[in-house]
Amino acid sequence: MRVIVVGAGEVGSSIAASLADEHEVVVVDVDGDRVEALTYDLDVLAIEGDGAAIETLREAGLEASDLLIAVTDDDETNIVSCGTAKTLDDVTTIARVRNTKFLDTWNNAEGALGVDVMVGTNLLTARKIASMIGLPAARDVDTFADGTIQMAEFELAAESPVAGQTVAEADRFDDLTFAAVLCPDEDGGCEEIVVPRGDTELSAGDEVVVIGTDEAVTAFSHAVAPDDDYHDVLVVGGSSIGFQTATLLEERGIRSRLIEHDPERAKFLAESLPGTTVLEADATDRDFLQRENVDAVDVVVTTLETDEGNLLAGLLAKRLGADRAIAVVENRSYVDLFETVGIDVAVQPREVAAEEITRFTREQHAENVAIIGSDQAEVIEIEIDDDSVFDGRPIREVAADLPDGVVVGAITRNGDFVRPRGDTVVEPGDHVVVFVETAGLDETLAKL
Amino acid sequence: MNGYVRVDWRASLSLTGRVLLYLAVPLSIPFVTAVIYGEGWIPFLVTIAVTVLAGLGLSSLDDDHDLGAREGFLMVAATWLAVALVGTIPYIVAGYGTGSTLGWPHVPNALFESMSGFTTTGATVMGDIGVEHHSHALLIWRQLTQWLGGMGIVVLAVAILPELSVGGAQLMDAEAPGPGIEKLTPRIAETARVLWIAYFAFTVLEMALLYGLNLAGFADEMTLFNAISHGLTTLPTGGFSPEGLSIQAFSAAVQWVIIPFMVVAGTNFALFWGLVRGEPLSLLEDEEFRFYTGVMATLTAVVTIVLFVGPSLPGSAGLAGVEESLRHGLFQVVSIVTTTGYASFDFNNWTATAQYLLLFGMFLGGSAGSTGGAIKMVRWLVIAKSIKRELFTTVHPEAVSPVRLGGRALDESAVRGIHAFTLLYIALFFLGVVVLMLDAGRVGMELQVLDGMSAIAATIGNVGPGFGVVGPMENYELFPWTSKLWMVFLMWIGRLEIFPVLVLLTRAYWRS
Repeated sequence: MRVIVVGAGEVGSSIAASLADEHEVVVVDVDGDRVEALTYDLDVLAIEGDGAAIETLREAGLEASDLLIAVTDDDETNIVSCGTAKTLDDVTTIARVRNTKFLDTWNNAEGALGVDVMVGTNLLTARKIASMIGLPAARDVDTFADGTIQMAEFELAAESPVAGQTVAEADRFDDLTFAAVLCPDEDGGCEEIVVPRGDTELSAGDEVVVIGTDEAVTAFSHAVAPDDDYHDVLVVGGSSIGFQTATLLEERGIRSRLIEHDPERAKFLAESLPGTTVLEADATDRDFLQRENVDAVDVVVTTLETDEGNLLAGLLAKRLGADRAIAVVENRSYVDLFETVGIDVAVQPREVAAEEITRFTREQHAENVAIIGSDQAEVIEIEIDDDSVFDGRPIREVAADLPDGVVVGAITRNGDFVRPRGDTVVEPGDHVVVFVETAGLDETLAKL
Repeated sequence: MNGYVRVDWRASLSLTGRVLLYLAVPLSIPFVTAVIYGEGWIPFLVTIAVTVLAGLGLSSLDDDHDLGAREGFLMVAATWLAVALVGTIPYIVAGYGTGSTLGWPHVPNALFESMSGFTTTGATVMGDIGVEHHSHALLIWRQLTQWLGGMGIVVLAVAILPELSVGGAQLMDAEAPGPGIEKLTPRIAETARVLWIAYFAFTVLEMALLYGLNLAGFADEMTLFNAISHGLTTLPTGGFSPEGLSIQAFSAAVQWVIIPFMVVAGTNFALFWGLVRGEPLSLLEDEEFRFYTGVMATLTAVVTIVLFVGPSLPGSAGLAGVEESLRHGLFQVVSIVTTTGYASFDFNNWTATAQYLLLFGMFLGGSAGSTGGAIKMVRWLVIAKSIKRELFTTVHPEAVSPVRLGGRALDESAVRGIHAFTLLYIALFFLGVVVLMLDAGRVGMELQVLDGMSAIAATIGNVGPGFGVVGPMENYELFPWTSKLWMVFLMWIGRLEIFPVLVLLTRAYWRS
């Protein structure tokens, strides 16, 4: 497959690197130095030029390509690139945008503006942060079907009430499916993946993968770790990511506090976020933080404009007694540094975007993918079409045709959650989220 | 001198003249009534003649109806004064009936009655009310002034006069109750028409229901004349009744029927537009409407208990007593809070507790965009919210917390305006009481403090009856003529919500 990547920044390079092994990759960038550097670093064709210009796209061989990925730092350029490409040839187009305004338009009419897949960096980052806050006990969280469905991976601690129960006892939630239990070996790595049945016993140290609605997964998280909950969240910085994070937290019923320095922006935030307390202040003001009882804060999220600001604000809050700090970091080389000096989780928006786009390109059929453990299994979201093995049949019958270790976790129909039961009939157009062991992945994908 | 005046007062007064010309049309209704009942129709012919002449005279001042914001204030204030002055003519000329204290030379009385009518106050100086003492035509005119004033004369003018299409929003804003107006349709004249049509429809519905009760045998006293009369004064939250005993003259069934119409009258009429357009939930989702009904329900519950326990109502106990307490409690609370001013019972005989509760209710008022007076629910709601915000920011000084109404953040200047209005209203109330007490002392009239306070609260809030000497079955006749003129002024500025009138008294308005 021939892939054109527009933009050779961090995201573009990272995507190009991961695709270069299997596909022919052409990278386009306006910056001659970057193009030259990339030519030597990666086994790709790098072209200097404007990715939104028809000439450049022709030169990159668009007519012979299958996929165009526009990931420059400029939203408009990315969208125009996709639109321009569509006028030349019917390639699949992916655009990265930061501004949620474009994402709203696109969500309202998928495929609008000539973009087949729109990846909203800021929203994805915010979702990731919100998921980490919403499910503190989870080791990993991923959302599917535009956020309707969640997949979460929990490690059972010895004191967890769920440890020692059977699956039937633990599964008290209607909209929740136990997809897999990963039992550890002595080294802590995964020894075997057990497909859970009613009598499967859960023991301390096991990892449980569950799929279900937001509420059900959250409820299960409470059952796993009743005391471990974030009530008091402090978001520092009213940037687009901070704003989105607070919005998502509001949707989950968490009333956070949001600190913003700029009066105009603070006013806007206060008007847009009825369930959030917006504070107009400097997040590095020690007296202010103490007055706001930052020592009682469960988690502080720093979403300021600069990495340095995020680091300082996060560290200061932790020094004053905040339990946990999540920081947004733009510069990739800082990620390790941040986590070394005391930030608990550093989230890099570019990495989030690159991950999302890479996943998409790896399995074009699947809409969304999450990798479990060290690549032993995957959770994938697939839109069912007429050729699928699922089409018009109850799940019980379909299960017999699929390899072992495949679990149907959740279904959405027209954006609404449908509880998967043995007799549930899957219709074309439904989105199905399935857990698949890596061994059976290719066979499953072919059948779905 | 004239060169310094920055207000085009000719344009304002000319437009006022146009409104007067149109006033001749509703004046034909009492004229026709007089002919039907075989009563003297001369007073109304005189009034029509004077109105038309005055209207022609004023409108010839200027033929350019291009109004700015300043001219708008003057036009609205002048129009309300002008219609009240013209409205006095039938009372003065009538000369019909016994015991009338409205005719010549009691001009302040006639002005009081006329202003009380147009501003939908419902306070009266008519000593003996009833068709035995006054002609049907005069009583219908009295009811009709309230109906015209209810939805607003200027709003009606905007609906009818094409030359007001541009400045119309400004004029309606100055006249309509509540902070700001809502444009329901892109064209302001269309909005004005929608409001008047809803108003008209509810009025006709009430008349039909009231007369229907009579035909069904539940209300013998509710004759066609009475049904029309009360229909004309419920929807404007007026309160005039051609019966001396107000609504106490009618059966319980009539009282129950009138209650929902008073509630409708105190509701934002723009919300009914949502009902017409097929969004019935818009009414229940409206924050002010929920607050308005919630406050009335709470106050009703308290008053009902006070009535049931105390010696306020005569006799009956048990289930009948509960019904009676609830009916009178609900009726009176709704009547006072919406500033209608009907009485289903002479609440002068109620306990002091019940009376103070009603006095408190006089300051509440209906919703913005309703026909009610006083301070209005939306203002109290915003004030309650901003006080809550103030408490919150005491704990979190850095918090940015806008006052929200129905999910939308309010502009700070709007919140400031609401605070200023409410403070000014309360200050004027106390000033009003002081002036009234001083004037009463001047002529040696005995006036209790509660009575005086209720008289001022009832006139500035366009409620109508108060307590004691101005109780629901009493009247304002006892006050000296100076006090009556003072209350005429209060009714006038109360109806226009103070600022549009008060701004005329500032130097900045006329000069810079």
